[in-house]
Amino acid sequence: MSNPSVQQTPDRTEDAKGITRRGFMIGATSAGFTLAFIPSALLTATPAQAMAENLFEPTIWYSIAPTGEISVNITKAEMGQHVGTALARIVAEELEADWADIRINHVDTEAKYGLFVTGGSWSVWQNFDLLSRAGAAGRASLIEEGAKLLGEKPSACKAENSYVIGNGKRISFGDIVAKGDLTRAYSDEQLAALPIKPRQDRKLVGMQTMATDIPAKTNGTAVYGIDATYPGMVYAKPMMPPTRHGSVVKGVDDSAAKSIAGYQQTLVLDDPSDTVPGWALVIADSYHAAQRAARVIKVDWQAGPGAQVSEADLLQRGAELLEGTSGSLVVENEHVDHMFQAANSVLQASYTTNTVLHFQLEPVNAIGLEKDGRWELHTGNQWQSLILPTLGQALGVAPEKVVMRTYTLGGGFGRRLNGDYGVPALLAAKALGKPVKVVFSREDDSRFDSPRSASVQNLSMAFDADDQVIGMQHAAAAGWPTAAMAPFFLGPGANGEKFDPFSINGANHWYDVGAHRVRAVMNDLANETFRPGWLRSVGPGWTNWALESFMDEAAHKVGIDPVAFRLQHLTGKGANAGTAPNSVGGAKRLAAVLQRVAEKSGWGTELPEAEGLGVAVTFGQERDMPTWTAVIAHVHVNRDNGKVTLKKLNVVIDAGTIVHPDGALAQTEGAALWGASMALHEGTEFVNGQVRDVNLNSYTPMRMADVPDMEIEFVDNGDQAVGLGEPATTAVGPAIGNAVFNAVGARVRHLPITPEAVKAALA
Amino acid sequence: MAIELTINGKAVALDVPGDTPLLWAVRDELGLKGTKFGCGIGMCGACTVHIDGVAQRSCITTVAALNGKDVTTIEGLSEAGEHPLQQAWVAVQTPQCGYCQSGQIMQAASLLATNAAPTDEDIDEAMNGNLCRCMAYTRIKKAIKLAAAGEVEANV
Repeated sequence: MSNPSVQQTPDRTEDAKGITRRGFMIGATSAGFTLAFIPSALLTATPAQAMAENLFEPTIWYSIAPTGEISVNITKAEMGQHVGTALARIVAEELEADWADIRINHVDTEAKYGLFVTGGSWSVWQNFDLLSRAGAAGRASLIEEGAKLLGEKPSACKAENSYVIGNGKRISFGDIVAKGDLTRAYSDEQLAALPIKPRQDRKLVGMQTMATDIPAKTNGTAVYGIDATYPGMVYAKPMMPPTRHGSVVKGVDDSAAKSIAGYQQTLVLDDPSDTVPGWALVIADSYHAAQRAARVIKVDWQAGPGAQVSEADLLQRGAELLEGTSGSLVVENEHVDHMFQAANSVLQASYTTNTVLHFQLEPVNAIGLEKDGRWELHTGNQWQSLILPTLGQALGVAPEKVVMRTYTLGGGFGRRLNGDYGVPALLAAKALGKPVKVVFSREDDSRFDSPRSASVQNLSMAFDADDQVIGMQHAAAAGWPTAAMAPFFLGPGANGEKFDPFSINGANHWYDVGAHRVRAVMNDLANETFRPGWLRSVGPGWTNWALESFMDEAAHKVGIDPVAFRLQHLTGKGANAGTAPNSVGGAKRLAAVLQRVAEKSGWGTELPEAEGLGVAVTFGQERDMPTWTAVIAHVHVNRDNGKVTLKKLNVVIDAGTIVHPDGALAQTEGAALWGASMALHEGTEFVNGQVRDVNLNSYTPMRMADVPDMEIEFVDNGDQAVGLGEPATTAVGPAIGNAVFNAVGARVRHLPITPEAVKAALA
Repeated sequence: MAIELTINGKAVALDVPGDTPLLWAVRDELGLKGTKFGCGIGMCGACTVHIDGVAQRSCITTVAALNGKDVTTIEGLSEAGEHPLQQAWVAVQTPQCGYCQSGQIMQAASLLATNAAPTDEDIDEAMNGNLCRCMAYTRIKKAIKLAAAGEVEANV
């Protein structure tokens, strides 16, 4: 499995969490002290020497000012997950800081901060140990230096609430910073030896707190990218070309716009990065003027590939590709073919999903400008490190010449992992020689979305004469976002072919199924027609739909209760035993949350006519970072019109250590409802190379009146903290599908689940 | 000719084309950025403001119709964000990304102004036009009930 942070710098050896083997350094500066990474080579120099020679350009986590204010630098985007609160709590816990002293600083891109990516439910998982060590290193230094200032031995002192206390005396962190010399360096070995608190001594991690970003989100003062302004800027509205790729502007007729007050011109973009081919921007004094002008401007395009492609074409192409043996073998056990030949019986089923839009509520937007020899992009974004080289390419400058200014995101959900919307702002700023603010209309945003690709999956399971499972195959075809945008992330399959892990994760499950084969195929027509996107969970959104629907079908085939059937195959043996620290316990932890959710939801009890419970489990995003999740959905199905009403969702999650409990709950509430919304309310279709539904008159995400009752429980253990932004999203759909079957006997194999499909399955 | 109206208690003259949506007038002419652009067709509710005390979608309300009207945006709902709904929103930890929440709060304030003790069904009906893409719906409903009951206390 590839891992999240091996990024586009192959010359750097990084471990699974993107951290080179480097030490920490605490550098005393006039502004206070900062705690940071430095290259290991520098650890041989004295810290003072490193500082004096300006070698100190490290990744900086936090600083303490002489006033005692502790500023924690956050490179993760704030998009509703209250990530700054969670990460700063980890630092403050080990630092023994008073939480009231903590300030959260969402920083702009600078090389010294390292990688900027917010996605994959990685933030807490990636940073827990690192930030704990950073906090502990600061605490140890403050105690040492504080003890000196108090005239005590360090062993007689401790840190508490931003003070060092010893022998009845105390000194504040701020005073230590002001009066002491905190310059220190720690090697990896020293860091590893620093004591980290046992779970029972924690005061902040795992305790309730108010998220620091929330008050500004109730009074209109939170500043999103769309709220940014810059002196002298002009507004721009895109004219969207007929295809995502390869369109060319043949001509522009803006004669009807000339009389519109505030209209300036229509700018055809020349894009060396080929991110926005065939783009024209309507430039005006105000956004409203740009919108008015856009309505009467005519652009003549030569369309690129895919201009006639429909959803049916995409699904058909996926099905065709699965017929052969192409693609990458993600899991390839021995004897798979033999087991299927020797089988007493084989169960087969195919599952499909339609295209899904992100529809984050803040349409994408950006201000581009040049200032002091550098280019600035003002926008909310989730993966700055990915788009910076593209921005540089578009402008014809080195990526270091571009800085991205950070703003709160009006929804991420993976849309803003792809920073393509920043390119036109910078190109226009360069062409016009002034700051340009590009704002997409909702329709522009939908058409330029990198949606979740449609998918086609074939599953089969081999049984022996005693109905024991002896083999399983799972093949999936979909558009691959990672091939389109981050090919360095593609992983090698057993047959040497590369695969997009984000398109197939989930199929490499924790069930014991005998000889197992998983094959991932890129739907080339999808990648040609549009830019497939990472959408909340990405592949597990379709792989779990297929896998967990299929596990239910398999249980019914052999006449075993679907919960019991799953438990029989979640033994935690062999390859599914798990490894420390991330997946310690393995499949047994998935079995545990499944048992718990079954107990809580009254699994097996009688329900009224046309109601049913359905179960599904998921390990979340990656085998290397499992979030053990079990869902039971309770539905009612109207036999006359096929309408499915979701009455309740019961969710049990083992995500190891929970840092910010209310934030974790909120993420899970949102993720579970996203799953329900995609199962019952969303989904679109490609028509003539474009998504059909571009606004809320026809794209219909869940509204308040559709919200089911929800009961969510976290298993409380001290294990490795993993991720929570996505996992619940992907188990809800199959739980609903299975509940529909249990309610009325209708098996649906396509997402979204439409009343028509339910009626057809009933007939 | 300028359109004269009151915004958040202050007399304002807007010298913009009459077909300018109120949304862009308050955001870009007056710099009141708390009112958000989401769909532009009145179906997400992120742009909700009060016109003469009633919740309206500012993205489909042109300024030409507003001569002499009294407009309130999220910035004018209370002096310092202390409206019972705003306090309840914090107490319940309602917002995730927060982008829809100005509109949700303005819509809820309009509801409570005419119905001091709304039922779940009343809330669903009043709030169903306000999309929350993060799907923080259960907390929005909880916060409205908390504010209606006058029992705002931190729950975490």
